[in-house]
Amino acid sequence: MRRPARPLFLARAPYRLRRLRDAARLLPILGFLLLLLPLLWAGSDRSTLTSGEVLYYFGVWVVLILCAAAFAPGLKGSDAGEEEDD
Amino acid sequence: MRARKRTTEVPFNLLVAACLLYVIALFAVAFVVESRARVGRLGWLRSPLVYTLSLSIYCTAWTFYGAVGYAARSGLEFLTIYFGPTLVFVGWWWLLRKLVRIGRQYRVTSIADLISSRYGKSNTLGVIVTVIAVVAATPYIALQLQSVVLAFGVFASATPEGLTAPDASQTAFWVAVGLALFTILFGTRNLDVKEQHHGIVTAIAVEAVVKLVALVAVGCFVVWGIAGGLSDIFARIDAADLTAWQVQPGRWTGLILLSAAAVITLPRMFQVMVVETNDEGHLSRASWAFPLYLMVISLFILPIAVVGLEHLPAGSNPDMFVLTLPLAEGQGALAMLAFLGGFSSATSMVIVESIALATMISNHVVIPIWLRLHRTDAEREDLRAVVLNARRLAIAAVLALGYGYYKVSGGSAALAAIGLIAFLGVAQVLPALIGGLFWRGATRTGAILGLVTGFVLWAYCSFLPSFGPGAVLSGAIFDDGLFGLSWLRPQALFGTEGMDPLIHALFWSMTLNTFAFCLGSLLTFPGPVERLQGAAFVNVFQGGVGPQRWAQGQAEPEALLSMAQRILGEEAALALFEKAAREQGKQGFLPDPTPGFLDAVEARLSGAVGAATAHAMISQLVGRATVSVEDLMAVASESAQIMEYSARLEAREAELTRTAGALREANEKLLQLSLQKDAFLSQISHELRTPMTSIRAFSEILTEGALPSEQVTRYGRIIHDEAKRLTRLLDDLLDLSVLENGTVQLNLALTSLHEMLETALTAARQTRPERSFAMIRDLPAETIFLKTDADRLTQVFINLISNARKYCDADAPEIRIAVRQRGARVTVDFIDNGKGIPKEAQSLIFEKFARLSDANRAGGAGLGLAICREIMANLGGSIAYLPGQGGAAFRVTVPLRLDQLAA
Repeated sequence: MRRPARPLFLARAPYRLRRLRDAARLLPILGFLLLLLPLLWAGSDRSTLTSGEVLYYFGVWVVLILCAAAFAPGLKGSDAGEEEDD
Repeated sequence: MRARKRTTEVPFNLLVAACLLYVIALFAVAFVVESRARVGRLGWLRSPLVYTLSLSIYCTAWTFYGAVGYAARSGLEFLTIYFGPTLVFVGWWWLLRKLVRIGRQYRVTSIADLISSRYGKSNTLGVIVTVIAVVAATPYIALQLQSVVLAFGVFASATPEGLTAPDASQTAFWVAVGLALFTILFGTRNLDVKEQHHGIVTAIAVEAVVKLVALVAVGCFVVWGIAGGLSDIFARIDAADLTAWQVQPGRWTGLILLSAAAVITLPRMFQVMVVETNDEGHLSRASWAFPLYLMVISLFILPIAVVGLEHLPAGSNPDMFVLTLPLAEGQGALAMLAFLGGFSSATSMVIVESIALATMISNHVVIPIWLRLHRTDAEREDLRAVVLNARRLAIAAVLALGYGYYKVSGGSAALAAIGLIAFLGVAQVLPALIGGLFWRGATRTGAILGLVTGFVLWAYCSFLPSFGPGAVLSGAIFDDGLFGLSWLRPQALFGTEGMDPLIHALFWSMTLNTFAFCLGSLLTFPGPVERLQGAAFVNVFQGGVGPQRWAQGQAEPEALLSMAQRILGEEAALALFEKAAREQGKQGFLPDPTPGFLDAVEARLSGAVGAATAHAMISQLVGRATVSVEDLMAVASESAQIMEYSARLEAREAELTRTAGALREANEKLLQLSLQKDAFLSQISHELRTPMTSIRAFSEILTEGALPSEQVTRYGRIIHDEAKRLTRLLDDLLDLSVLENGTVQLNLALTSLHEMLETALTAARQTRPERSFAMIRDLPAETIFLKTDADRLTQVFINLISNARKYCDADAPEIRIAVRQRGARVTVDFIDNGKGIPKEAQSLIFEKFARLSDANRAGGAGLGLAICREIMANLGGSIAYLPGQGGAAFRVTVPLRLDQLAA
């Protein structure tokens, strides 16, 4: 199908928007890694969980939510028309 | 126990009354919203807040009761169930947004409808997804019933006197009946163009608040009422010494991924996330608000579990800590609130899930069968009643299945285990879903293969074994594998014994599912409708795709109208047809069955009965089923033609630009030539006029007579000289024009360069014979034989040497002649030691009538070098001024052997 040619380079504002979108897409990967991190902490003899671990997980959770909340208003304005899979 | 003595404050009948009141309140909410929706005054009820709250349908009674039990049994692992959705929502809601956009654009009614629609409106796929969803959801619904029953049981055991509680299965039965009634009342009120139930969504949002408040209230009571605040809770967590609380890396990772997949594919999530929304912008708010909800709801799970384990007697069910802790502490009202929270979680899940399942069942199973059975008299009947009744029946059937499962399984299994198995079941849809959204190459066959493979493996590895050895799968199969093949053991496929059973099932079912899906897609060729739908779904953000799905129809508009009436109702159908007719510029209610109109009708119908059924119904009327491969190719070649046409236009434009450029150049050249010609003519006239004037003047004097004879002789000589000059000038001009036209006759012969130079020097000596020049020559180099026109070349040499003699102003003048042979060319340089030719004049000297100064005007008309240039061009060589040699220098280049080239 014929598509209108998309510009190769963008002005500053749309460029920032794309990068914001990239950041949002990377966020889950970062979050996943952070959530897996404690698996590497444990010594083999450890058999119970500590309150530190609990705090860590909820801390990561809060950070993820704050990041998403920071990204969301910027991304909302991005019209779906340019939401091509790039 | 002392604590248990204090727990008679909540009589059972009060509990029942509270439940009933709560349900009546929900009824009222749903009713008010429905009536507002009917007059189109929804306002804030369609806000992102309500949307986010309705998403909390993810948190069922499994969360409310089960998570505490889960935490008590395996520590932090319960968090994975919320981490998955958090990850999906914080970053990957663009995926959800694509889902929502597709759902809105193509009026998707359920996840089965989406899959069926994407893969060529295949009802087979719709049926497969429906079966998977029903099988996976049944235990889940049973789980909700069980949790309500358990909760009732907690209160019942606490009330020895008063109204005695009915037994567990009776409770479950009545709960199921009540839920079925509520769902039928509000879930099947109308057959909407798009399956939306505003009343139910709002009721669910209310329930979301209730369960959040209840859980947080219990949590606060536990943290600050029982324990001594946060630090005390942390101390207790550190002190709790349970070996089971270890995080298992495999399960941890696997469960995060599993819950991330399930949040997209769960039928109830799909229902609230895609079907019930019409604003994809809500997703951006939900991207952080929904994870926040999840976090808040799981904030107090661990404290409740830890404190419950400490305070309650060993052996009490940890799934019920949320209720038993407040009861044990004598907080009747709080326990009541907690009970309502759990009740909310269970009811909201069951309501939405059964609506979603009922839509699938009626659209993909009941209606197709019904249409097949009633093909003949289908013309007049009102299908809406059929669809609605099918849906009501389906809701009842789903709840009956759930109740049946509860009865059969005996309500024994831990809540969490059933929940995870159901998650894994619906996650099997994920490969077909994601592939369908992003990969145009995904085909129907691939999707069927993947789904069936995943479903079978899930059933064999996870679902059936969950009943325990000997129930469905015999103990022998557990130990020795299917057919006695040890590599087919349900919990150790291909010898993978070391894996946790759930992770084992997750790994094998998802891997082989994806593998079968990809392989099937790679090897098969999709049909035209499939390809069309694939392109439409994958490129949904790039606007309209492809040809109309219907060829210009043979359909009777009247038949179409009566069919649309059967499904949409008379008024809506007439309105749709009238609008279309007006758009076509026609009066009345019967538009032409153009492809576009057929598309619109189909889209409207699929909002009610699903894409596959709508498609089938229209193709019955249109006759020739639908778009063909030829149509697709026609579209492809059409766009190829457009591209080719524009490419041709571009090429033509470029050509025009080039031609215009060439024309402009030619024009400039012509102008220049014209100027040159004018200049030439005026020069010629001037040159001719001067001698003519003197000839005329002297001849006039002569004709007057009476002059001394020596005077006559002198005047006669002047006239003679001037005439000679005139002749020379005319000769030169003639020569030049002959040379310029290329009509000159060349006499080619082998001649020694040395001889030619000798001749030239001798001849040139006549020019200013009074001056003596030192000649510097390289005699050996001059012994070259050239095949050329010797006379003409000599003429050039004479001209150059004469010029040097004429213009060289050095005191001890010298001329250097350097001969060099370079391959097939010979260069002869004539260099004097005068002051040379100024730079700005160098480009002019070869032009006609170019003279450096008027000092030696008598010497010639300024045609010499022009003639030289023309001669050299005729001889296949060139002449150029050689700058930077310390004087005037000219380089003559001649070919060693000139073949006859000039005609």
